[in-house]
Amino acid sequence: MSTCDRDDGVSRRKVLECMTWVGTGVLWTISGGVPHALGIIDEAVAQQAQPLTFVQISDSHVGFDKAANPNALGTLQEAIAKVGALPKKPAFMIHTGDISHLSLPSQFDDADRIIGQSRLDVHYVPGEHDFLDPDLKFYRERYGRGTMGAGWYSFDANGVHFIGLVNVVNLKAGGLGNLGNDQLEWLENDVKGRSASTPIVVFAHIPLWTVYPDWGWGTDDGAQALSYLKRFGSVTVLNGHIHQVMQKVEGNLTFHTARSTAFPQPAPGTAPSPGPMKVPDDKLRGMLGIANVTFKQNEQRLAIIDTPLQG
Amino acid sequence: MMRSAMAAAMLGAVVGTGLAGGIVLARAQGPAGAISIDNFTFTPQTLRVKAGTTVTWTNKDDIPHGIASANNAFARSKALDTDDNYSFTFTTPGTYQYFCYVHPHMTGTIVVEAATGSNATQ
Repeated sequence: MSTCDRDDGVSRRKVLECMTWVGTGVLWTISGGVPHALGIIDEAVAQQAQPLTFVQISDSHVGFDKAANPNALGTLQEAIAKVGALPKKPAFMIHTGDISHLSLPSQFDDADRIIGQSRLDVHYVPGEHDFLDPDLKFYRERYGRGTMGAGWYSFDANGVHFIGLVNVVNLKAGGLGNLGNDQLEWLENDVKGRSASTPIVVFAHIPLWTVYPDWGWGTDDGAQALSYLKRFGSVTVLNGHIHQVMQKVEGNLTFHTARSTAFPQPAPGTAPSPGPMKVPDDKLRGMLGIANVTFKQNEQRLAIIDTPLQG
Repeated sequence: MMRSAMAAAMLGAVVGTGLAGGIVLARAQGPAGAISIDNFTFTPQTLRVKAGTTVTWTNKDDIPHGIASANNAFARSKALDTDDNYSFTFTTPGTYQYFCYVHPHMTGTIVVEAATGSNATQ
């Protein structure tokens, strides 16, 4: 079941560790990779007493009502209930895009109403489904305040530098996800001058690494973006889009994709297309869920726990 | 239930009158060509038509798609939800590359030939 075993784009890069396709949630840690750099991080953050915990949700596709899940709003509600039931209240939430299914105002309204029940600050990046209105304006009007371009930005929390990127606009024929030169230039400047000991978290909708190009699961200029981050001791890349958990560690870069709250998609190459996957009703909630991320700074590691809605 | 029964009946009527009859509903005049979007694939991959043909894309997937010319040679569609369609009449001969602007790895080609030219192809 592991894509690491597959002869596809993943193998183009050196994979140091790969654990993929998790069935029921897993505790995932970064403890190897760059021990020296991690040591530096530990010194840098030793004075920060409080660990940082935040939660990621993704691909809520509010408005989706097809066979794979006739009630995507209902499962979003369940996901937000999961967030509310976490033993430690997260500092904030990130949403890695495809908030809506068709970029309709009513879909954004419904999403905001449900997600707002978490009473958390939410940092969004858009998915391609959030830019389907003719004027490409609804996402930016609602979520783009204070952001650059189509909605990219950065912020700091507990000594961690967070970077939200947009790789779903100006897509090119035959291509994958796209960041574009303006955003790449902004990113290079955004991290310039920051200490290499600063932990970096990048979040974007489409995976920044090539998961499965035949299905468009990758970002054409993602490697360029990651090249600006290679000098940092700890870089965590959080994505959505593929509606399943997939994880990879490559040197100091760690990649993770979150489940959708709406519907599952097939593992790469296991179906004729990446379209919504209909599973038996009693299996659906085991394939939807949230991700809870903690920087356990004094323990020199970062942990991501994927929790399905059920099971 | 009622709606799906009606949709099935309408689909049956369209099929019953043949493809050309269905397209005539979209355009009163001129030849027609059809491209289906199914499993994230345009079928046929290459469509050859005469100039003046109205080409209609129909989305059969559970996911929205959108039609855009690779070099802005024709107007892009709005997002096409399931069973939505988009039509464009190609009046100028040439080769038109297009893609899905939601899933850009999906690509297709339309070859438009002069209406009065060789009829080696249809």
